Amino acid sequence: MKKTLFALIAAFALAPFGFACAAGGKVEPYKSGDWSFNGPFGGYDKEALQRGFQIYRQVCASCHGMKLMSFRNLGDKGGPYDAPVCEKAGEEKKISCSNANDNPVVKALAAEYQITDGPDDSGDMFQRAGLPADRFPKPYPNEQMARLANGGALPPDLSLIVKARKDGADYIYSLLTGFEAAPATVNVSPTQHYNRYFAGDMSQLLKEEYRTEEGHPKEGVEIPHGGVLAMKSPLSDGLIDFADEATPETVDQYAHDVVNFLAWASEPKMEQRKRLGFMTVAYLLILSGVLYWSYRTLWSKVDH
Amino acid sequence: MVHQSTYKPGSALESWLDKRLPILRLAYDSFGDYPVPKNLNYWWTFGGILGLFLVIQIITGVVLAMHYTPEASLAFASVEHIMRDVNYGWLLRYIHSNGASFFFLAVYIHMFRGLFYGSYKEPREVVWILGVVIFLLMMATAFMGYVLPWGQMSFWGATVITNILAAVPVVGESIQQLLWGGPSIANPTLNRFFSLHYLLPFAIFGVVALHVWAFHIPGNNNPTGVPIKDVKKDSLPFHPYYTVKDGFAIVVYMTIFAVFVFYMPNALGHPDNYVEANPLSTPAHIVPEWYFLPFYAILRAITFNIGPITSKLGGVIAMFGSIGVLFILPWLDTSKVRSMRYRPTAQLWFFLFVACCIGLGYLGGQPAEGVYVVWAQILTAYYFAFFLIILPLLGVLEKPKPLPKSINEAVLRKNPAAPALQPAE
Repeated sequence: MKKTLFALIAAFALAPFGFACAAGGKVEPYKSGDWSFNGPFGGYDKEALQRGFQIYRQVCASCHGMKLMSFRNLGDKGGPYDAPVCEKAGEEKKISCSNANDNPVVKALAAEYQITDGPDDSGDMFQRAGLPADRFPKPYPNEQMARLANGGALPPDLSLIVKARKDGADYIYSLLTGFEAAPATVNVSPTQHYNRYFAGDMSQLLKEEYRTEEGHPKEGVEIPHGGVLAMKSPLSDGLIDFADEATPETVDQYAHDVVNFLAWASEPKMEQRKRLGFMTVAYLLILSGVLYWSYRTLWSKVDH
Repeated sequence: MVHQSTYKPGSALESWLDKRLPILRLAYDSFGDYPVPKNLNYWWTFGGILGLFLVIQIITGVVLAMHYTPEASLAFASVEHIMRDVNYGWLLRYIHSNGASFFFLAVYIHMFRGLFYGSYKEPREVVWILGVVIFLLMMATAFMGYVLPWGQMSFWGATVITNILAAVPVVGESIQQLLWGGPSIANPTLNRFFSLHYLLPFAIFGVVALHVWAFHIPGNNNPTGVPIKDVKKDSLPFHPYYTVKDGFAIVVYMTIFAVFVFYMPNALGHPDNYVEANPLSTPAHIVPEWYFLPFYAILRAITFNIGPITSKLGGVIAMFGSIGVLFILPWLDTSKVRSMRYRPTAQLWFFLFVACCIGLGYLGGQPAEGVYVVWAQILTAYYFAFFLIILPLLGVLEKPKPLPKSINEAVLRKNPAAPALQPAE
């Protein structure tokens, strides 16, 4: 009786809020990427991480930095180039690669970059080949230059982007595959690009003939979903060559792979976390069973 | 009911120590042989859960502080350093951030339990008041802790909350500047918040000790609200009976906690806090952590001026008043009956009050516009009416059900088939 009453009161108290939620919401629901890293046992797909890094490097990195990432992270446990043992050229013996700084793939990758170091003993800065300990290079030396090169917009850092957006993986996947020609009812300036998944207010961009004199949308005019952003569609079919011939070279595949890489970069310890979580929860469940049994046994002698 | 000490030193060393510092006697009398009503239900296990969470927060916090940098240009990166490069740093941080949520969840359950069973009533007024002090300290600690990662929500949440202080007449702006350490939220603010975030948990620890001391004087309340009359019939020694029962409840709560820490560590956080603080870019919706949402809703519910009181100041008064009213609760409730188990009318108003708090929590997370504001005003009115009108009147108007003569009688009435056995000693 008490419980029913409580449920009734709660239902009545909360019912009116349901209606209020319906307003707003001009952004298209995100597409689901069906991620391997979802779920309690989900992990990262290593090959997708490698391809994703390749896409980041060849496409995204020209505008977006990843300031929290170092080359060595690529060889960390669970990373794209994680290898339990390293083969050294010309040597039979295999050495442990648990230290990503020894990972030959990572070393070679880092060495492809020129890093400014210094000052040296004479006080001059100098260029040297990258090392695994170096951070990913910044695309622009400062924010002002980044804005100048991008029509006033600042390309966000991607180190944490998947955690920094609601439903980040689905959102970025949708955004990357959601560029299309702007609907006929709106005016989009040539430096802006329409995307149905980008948060924005398209009613501001409606053409003159679809507005009333006060500037409001005319009756019956549908306001398109989405918004406009300074980034143009960064991906196109066949843009990047994968070493693996079997993987399709499509925008959808590219977007999927780069989101895998970005998700890993945002939460590199996820696999370790879920493994430890399984052991912890299992331990706690067993312990609670033992304690419940002790409790029942002990209290069975007491009238309570 | 002050408990007589039954401690007997088990060895020469314990005997030697007992004459000089009877600390083992204190521990034994408080947590060993201490008589506890034998009818406590699971709602009573949250005290132990809270004690454990205070310890978890302090231990993880001390270790996190070893790796954290309280400097505005480095703080965000140092938290990510903890997440990426410190051994098990991700675990420490996720335990600490989710630990705050589970600490508050437990404290809310603990407070509702106290409210339902009249645990604030004579002779436990001081226990309750100390509890409210702990709650206030927890809120201050959690608020400052949320600022430390220096994300967007850290920065803008701090901006909103410290800005409301400016509404206080005469001293408001001075207090605000003192808190900020300058004319705006910046590095000095972060420095002092870090310092205070490290200090306050130890203040909480001290008040918790007083809280525990204070409830050991009259002893635990219980679901009947009837005090222990016969220690042998009505009570059980804390150990082993309640160490095992509390232990079981703690492990169950920890299991739920572990599911959050390991499988959805960011579910209770906000994505914007993974964006570094930027004083030039305001997030679309600034929301505090979930455990502050009911108070945030009350703050924003006052949208009208009342004479010389502006809506802003009115909101601040309402928000602080919503906690302030708890301090005088023991004298607002006029009923002679402690437990609402025997107060059928009060019970209904109580459950409505719980629903009201949950509703306010929901509204705190919504934009302050339209129907949300109206509802927030209705629920805020009910929140205060519950304490200031309903409880004082009910004590006079309501006819309570008959009370059991003793705890033992209540237990037998509930469970007549059970044999009246004595605990094995």
